[in-house]
Amino acid sequence: MQLRTALKNPTVALGHYTITFIQDMGRIALFFLKGFLLIFSIPLQINKVLQQIYFIGMKSIFVICLTGGFTGMVLGLQGYYLLVKYGSTGVLGSAVALSLIREMGPVLTAIMVIARGGSAMAAEIGIMRISEQIDALETMDIDPIRFLVSPRIAAALISFPLLTALFDVVGILGGYLTGSVLLGLNPGLYFTRVETSVAMVDVTGGFVKSLVFAVIVVSICCYQGFYTHTRAEFGAKGVSQSTTSAVVLSCVLVLIADYALTTFLL
Amino acid sequence: MDQPLIQIKNATKNFADVRVLDGVNLSIYRGQITSIIGQSGTGKSVLLKHIIGLLQPDSGQVLFDGRSLGAMKKDERKALKRKFSYVFQDTALFDFLNVAENVALPLVENANHNEAKVKEQVQAKLNQLDLYEIEHKYPAQLSGGMKKRVALARALVTDPEIVLFDEPTTGLDPIRKTAVHSMISDYQQRFGFTGIIVSHEIPDVFFISQRVAMLDEGQIRFEGTPEELQQTTDPVVRNFIRGLESPHDELTGVASQSLGQKRLARELFRLQHHSRPFSIVLLTVENLEDVDRIAGHVAGQKALRNFASFVKQNVYITDTCFRYDMNKIMVVLPDTDAGQARQFCDKLSRNLDTDAILSGAETRKRLCFAVAAGIAQAQKDSQIETLLTDVGKQQNIFWECQI
Repeated sequence: MQLRTALKNPTVALGHYTITFIQDMGRIALFFLKGFLLIFSIPLQINKVLQQIYFIGMKSIFVICLTGGFTGMVLGLQGYYLLVKYGSTGVLGSAVALSLIREMGPVLTAIMVIARGGSAMAAEIGIMRISEQIDALETMDIDPIRFLVSPRIAAALISFPLLTALFDVVGILGGYLTGSVLLGLNPGLYFTRVETSVAMVDVTGGFVKSLVFAVIVVSICCYQGFYTHTRAEFGAKGVSQSTTSAVVLSCVLVLIADYALTTFLL
Repeated sequence: MDQPLIQIKNATKNFADVRVLDGVNLSIYRGQITSIIGQSGTGKSVLLKHIIGLLQPDSGQVLFDGRSLGAMKKDERKALKRKFSYVFQDTALFDFLNVAENVALPLVENANHNEAKVKEQVQAKLNQLDLYEIEHKYPAQLSGGMKKRVALARALVTDPEIVLFDEPTTGLDPIRKTAVHSMISDYQQRFGFTGIIVSHEIPDVFFISQRVAMLDEGQIRFEGTPEELQQTTDPVVRNFIRGLESPHDELTGVASQSLGQKRLARELFRLQHHSRPFSIVLLTVENLEDVDRIAGHVAGQKALRNFASFVKQNVYITDTCFRYDMNKIMVVLPDTDAGQARQFCDKLSRNLDTDAILSGAETRKRLCFAVAAGIAQAQKDSQIETLLTDVGKQQNIFWECQI
């Protein structure tokens, strides 16, 4: 819809964009469902799944450790100066561990993977679309969703929870670094608090979130790349648009989903 | 004529506001090669994509053996799809797979494959296309011509029944271009597949096609045999063909077929009105296919080029030699009777340098290069067609050489 038309009739425009958004979400959901079911089609594509786990998971380890470590450190620092006012620095371990496991771990891991892997997925599949490689798959009677999307879905579902766990562990160690090593909090107290305050339900909640985020990220990023040719812009510009909207849309939806999930899980 | 294998009925296709196909009617017959020609941007590739089902017509139908895809069961559709193969204009090779993996993909993904057998098939196909020691290279590391040949190898590796070629020779040098044409024709004769070629290579593509269709302004303007195309009176078709035809054959450097035909007509006129005799000699490389099979298609085309160049060196400036078919060169000898034409042939056979002709065929196997010559002297009441038929009948192998 053109901007002029939208300004003339804002109500019509609002309705138009809402319907388009809902339709897109429906298409993405069906796209994901097909890709997910095809994971189990025979013969299993184990090699391709392993390659994608290496790309999405293994290659993200460094960046996850880095962001996890600094997030934990900053949480330790901020938490300490807040708690010291109330004389309750002893609960720093609980504060850092719970905020990481319940909230920051899954969300920040998802956002880091979107930046590293999601954008690459959209661009890679987008380029395959504009250079007719996806058409070539169809002419060879190879289902492009099974060939390209299913291994990525399987790999994301496996990698996201593991990366989240790693983020949490490194983050807790980061909090220990600032809280105990730099600011002198008793290390025993820090880890005892971590141990006593974190319940299994918090860990499960964090994993549920990371699984939901995996579904959101992989389906949006693959979908945007897969349908690059339906955009108004063609060629390289189309791919750049797909990559941008894949990153923006999946970040926004991860945050919205996070809120919704937190409401249910608390 | 039999029932067409593929029939396109009144197909239309619009992209946004542009009507690309505007009621296309076309029949493709089993076991034949059909060329689709036309100006750039007239929708030839779009038409090809309708045949393989990558695009659906807005209205009209594409029928296979008289049945539309919609009327088939899922299994039947799948079985039909497996009979097809498609060579894309821009190759569409998978840039994350190496050459061997690219060519093997249709085999690996679709059948209960045996790894060793797949490897063997892939290697055989690559060798047939003169692609050696590039199995581990990625498409980005190959030249344009090589990519084209890898794409051809990938399309032919499954031994398909129907092959669609979207400009398979664009960007190739004359030798490789004709090598690809001869390979398509050779494979078609050996395996009997049905081929559909979108091409701008006029007249080369006519040598290998049994039917030609011209697409113009979204409709089929002409449909028929290459001979019918040459004789058509439709000004649009004639202008298009003339515009693309070069006066010289790209591979051999001798005159093109249309220029040769004109020369024949002129000589006939001189004979009828000024009583100047003339003869024609048709030189046919009888076993070009064997050379192709033993030494490769590129070597075969090089041998043909060397032979044409040898003939050109042995004719007078007033004579005309032109490419008459894939493996045929015709020489028009003005002011010459049949006896003198025979002397000309004897001179050719005496001067022939075997090594020079087969210099491109680097093979240890024994190779034979057999040329047949037919001679015909024109009479006042001769027609070009009868003259050409006569010269074709009187062929005797008159030299053979081996290395």
